[in-house]
Amino acid sequence: MTEMIDLLFTVGLWSSALRIATPLIFGTLGALLCERAGVLNLGIEGIMTFGAMAGWLAVWGGADLWTGMAVAALTGAVFGALHAGLTVSLGLSQHVTGLGITLLASSLSYYIFRLAVAVQGTPPTVEPFAPLAIPGLSDLPVIGPALFTQTAPTYLAIGFAGVLAYGLFRTPLGLAIRMTGENPHAAEAQGLNPIRIRYGAVMAGSALMAMGGAFLTLAAFNSFFPTMVQGRGWVCIALVVFSTWRPGRALFGALLFAFFDAYQLRLQTVFGSAVPYQLFLMLPYVLSIVALVAMSRRARVPQALMKPYRRGER
Amino acid sequence: MTAEPILLLDRITKRFGAITANEDVTVSLAQGEVLALLGENGAGKTTLMNILFGHYVPDSGSVRVAGRALRLGVPRDAIDAGVGMVHQHFTLAPNLTVLENVMTGTERLSAWRSGAAAARSRLAKLAERFGLVVDPDARVSDLSVGQQQRVEILKALYNNARILILDEPTAVLTRGEAERLFDTLRGMAGQGLSIIFISHKLHEVMAGADRVIVLRGGRVSAERRTADTNQAELAELMVGRRVQRPVRAARPVGEVLIEARAADVPMPGGVPLRAVDFTLRAAEVLGIIGVSGNGQTTLAHLLSGLARPKAGQVSILGRDAAGLDARAMVGLGVGRIPEDRNTEGAVGDFPLWQNAVLERLGDPRFARRGLVRRGAARAFCADVARRFDLRGGGPETQTRRLSGGNMQKLILGRNLADAPRVLIAAQPTRGLDEGAIAAVHAALLAAAEAGTGVVLISEDLDEVIALADRAQAIVGGRLSPPVEADRLDATRLGLMMAGSWEGLADAV
Amino acid sequence: MRFERRERAPAVLVVLAPVVAVVVALILAGGLIALSGAPVFEAYGRIAIGAFGSKLAITETLTRATPLILTGLAAAVAFRAQVWNIGAEGQLYAGALAVAWFGAANPLGLPPGLLIPALMAAGAVAGMILLVVPVALRLRFGVDEVVTTLLGNFIVLLFVSLAVEGFLKDPMAFGWPQSVPIVPEASLPRIVDRSRLHLGLVIAAGLAVAVFFINRVTVFGMQSRAAGLNPAAARFAGVPISGTLIRVACLSGGLAGLAGAVEVLGVKGFVTTDLSPGFGYSGIIVAMLAALNPLGVVAAALFVAAMFVGADGMSRTMGVPSFIADVTVSLSLLTMLVALFFTTYRVRR
Repeated sequence: MTEMIDLLFTVGLWSSALRIATPLIFGTLGALLCERAGVLNLGIEGIMTFGAMAGWLAVWGGADLWTGMAVAALTGAVFGALHAGLTVSLGLSQHVTGLGITLLASSLSYYIFRLAVAVQGTPPTVEPFAPLAIPGLSDLPVIGPALFTQTAPTYLAIGFAGVLAYGLFRTPLGLAIRMTGENPHAAEAQGLNPIRIRYGAVMAGSALMAMGGAFLTLAAFNSFFPTMVQGRGWVCIALVVFSTWRPGRALFGALLFAFFDAYQLRLQTVFGSAVPYQLFLMLPYVLSIVALVAMSRRARVPQALMKPYRRGER
Repeated sequence: MTAEPILLLDRITKRFGAITANEDVTVSLAQGEVLALLGENGAGKTTLMNILFGHYVPDSGSVRVAGRALRLGVPRDAIDAGVGMVHQHFTLAPNLTVLENVMTGTERLSAWRSGAAAARSRLAKLAERFGLVVDPDARVSDLSVGQQQRVEILKALYNNARILILDEPTAVLTRGEAERLFDTLRGMAGQGLSIIFISHKLHEVMAGADRVIVLRGGRVSAERRTADTNQAELAELMVGRRVQRPVRAARPVGEVLIEARAADVPMPGGVPLRAVDFTLRAAEVLGIIGVSGNGQTTLAHLLSGLARPKAGQVSILGRDAAGLDARAMVGLGVGRIPEDRNTEGAVGDFPLWQNAVLERLGDPRFARRGLVRRGAARAFCADVARRFDLRGGGPETQTRRLSGGNMQKLILGRNLADAPRVLIAAQPTRGLDEGAIAAVHAALLAAAEAGTGVVLISEDLDEVIALADRAQAIVGGRLSPPVEADRLDATRLGLMMAGSWEGLADAV
Repeated sequence: MRFERRERAPAVLVVLAPVVAVVVALILAGGLIALSGAPVFEAYGRIAIGAFGSKLAITETLTRATPLILTGLAAAVAFRAQVWNIGAEGQLYAGALAVAWFGAANPLGLPPGLLIPALMAAGAVAGMILLVVPVALRLRFGVDEVVTTLLGNFIVLLFVSLAVEGFLKDPMAFGWPQSVPIVPEASLPRIVDRSRLHLGLVIAAGLAVAVFFINRVTVFGMQSRAAGLNPAAARFAGVPISGTLIRVACLSGGLAGLAGAVEVLGVKGFVTTDLSPGFGYSGIIVAMLAALNPLGVVAAALFVAAMFVGADGMSRTMGVPSFIADVTVSLSLLTMLVALFFTTYRVRR
């Protein structure tokens, strides 16, 4: 029991919590942005996978790390455009389209990876982002190394949370996005173009998702292998509901979730072989379901979420 | 004043597939004028205004505002030219505040911050100038319907509208609220605004407009100054022939079929019923009149088996309503016409025969041992189609292809074909043209003549006066005492709808 | 460019839609094959040969199609009622585990004629439970079943790993952990000698016909379709929505569970964590390609199976990564959605 509590004070726990949280923050913010505009983007798992592969491949091919992140973001935007084309312009089922994109993006990423990199014993690696110590703050005891010595993309993710929080609630564009997600006919009646807004939001959100995937291959690990996303995308979808579609809460939810995940990993060493490790690994997914149930009743869902917008068809 | 009209819709034509919504329609509006667009449902009024506002692109024709041609199909251009629209189904986001709804789209999207403070004060000034006060930080879902309409109007004014279009503005207002609205509109016209309102209510047009243009079947049927015409002439111009709606005749009533005493019915997300009393007898038409949003839906759901009473006593055909669900109601002989035929009345993608029997699958005629009896169901559907003059297809036709009137006939017919003991008709003529309305009224009266007890829940005064043997008003989830037909007139009903119930109890 | 709803979906277009969808997907995937440097037509030719070019190839394709028919039916049944069952993968594994657990021994000495149906029933029930829970959560709390079924897949897979490394572990197997094999009398008999093709195919095809009749002829079929197309109208008509959706969950989950049961009873004889190469997810594609028609599911399952079996062979000889099959099949899901759209809407300038 005391070992369980001792764990809470280790630097390693908090440091790895932030690292685990980063792709979740990117993914949740991305999905949140899409949903605020009224589009459920279930392509997230595939987009994160493809972003992971594309970013890694760019760096392996000689680009620098930030270019790799940018390439990943670009591929995300492309898949976002595909999703928007099918769900916004054609009004197809957002559920099935999203799943189709997940399956397509995942399989495409494995195919392209296999074309570029031959099968070998251990997959090739790249030099990942190094931890970036924030001068001054990183010298603080305990929280210094834990919170202020993270890789640059982690700081970027947290920054995006702030940007989205400000953008959605204090700018005209943010209001336009929210109105599109609540009542696109009302947005149109005020002279806005809900189709363009949805395209923009979905593409930008998908770019964020892809960056979350790239973090996995360019910072957390340093190579790409199939199924490395492991359902993180779906966890993000659950976290969006948990956050009641607010970026600040999304950041909090991702951190909370990552904390439990990091904790669970360390608990395995405490319990050793007494408890099967799979039970610990299940915890994140079970927690996500619990979070969904807890928040489902209370959340104010964007009213036009999942409803296709067809001009003139009321 | 022969100044150039502030608005000219010139020879507008618009087709939707095989249907011509507007044919060569020309409408002009002078500055400071209040123009009414009159026509029955389906005449093309809303389509025309949607074209003006940029929701639709016409197939031919042009729009000129203050002499300048308008780029069609782009609401932004219409707004910039000074056209504002108050839609029939409000274009508001319930989850956002009044201020957010008004501010949407009014600032450059590339701006770094929203000028909320400036917007707030501008909105307050506008509200005061036109007498449309509303709390800017209130969430729209918390506002009453009348207040929401005020927000809709403020949105248009905030966008510097000089031409204001209102689509069926009094559909959801009480008589008093409607009068206040027209006072406001007259005031606005006096301040230089030009106003068009769409209506199918003759008394409103006569009282509120300077001029009226009548649309019929997509074409302009006539144009009159309201001072030079009257309701009867307008009615004939609107419908094209002397359509006589059937009127009730006195008949003896039978035994009690439904009895409700002090019933409370909850309705999450809607208006609960409180302490309602009513009685329905055989061969009687009981009218329940009220402005939409006062509990009609709850009442209809109670009598349709979709809502249960939480307190008090409601007995339907001798059984306690608390124990009856929709299937059981149908089995007992209760026919139900839902408020919204498209969302509740039928499954659009089903063939007609499936919609004819979907609520009757508990009847051994149509389903036995878990299997649907297709032949019997098809035959039933064909029978209903024949008896109620259903046009538009046969039993295998997809239901969504039917016109509104024919779908309503299917819904009526499947209930009336079995001579039900009770018929619950909720807004049965909503959205129908005159011919279909007359057919529905005839069917309801015939049912009453045959002994069915009919509960008619309606927003239409004229309908209730024409059909009901007794009427009660529904206001805020409560029912007034009943009033007999010979004491029913528009004034009394108007008062009842506004909540003035004193002295009614002795009027029975 | 605007879209206008057609008055009726032309029968010709409806029948052609899956064909057009597949052809377009093949063309797009052809571009990817070209990217690998391999000649496109030869590659497709080899896929066809790999799938149908010999008796062994055909039986392999049919064997591969068997679980796909079942997961395809599972998805079709669920989607028809707007129950978004993405958990077929987990339900499949649950069924497989149930069979492995109960089939490892035969204490009652039941003959195959009783034992096999009993085991299949156990598999179906396991799958049912796994879908009924998310659907119940939706009915009670409004939780979207898409996410709960998806997350459930990961939970079940971890549980399988736990089981085959723990209480179901076969002590006699070397290397990769697997469950204790089922008793011999529980095996589904082969229907073609010297191949892996087993009775499961017949069972799957029979179930496709059964589901077709359920949809067309039963009260449940009509009510579940109403609940999917227009829940408000179904509720008004007295269709018991909750009960109907739970029964849909039972049927859909049961079919997916059967897929796992049949794979264990007919092909492998034991459970491993790689028993399914994504049959559950492919089932969704199968269902969409069939436009949710149970009989079409059989044809669509054959197509998808052929792609995978054929691509395996082609990949070995031509160096095109076998993932091309996954890509082609995923592409065909999206092209099918677009094709279906054009059966309902026409383009107007």
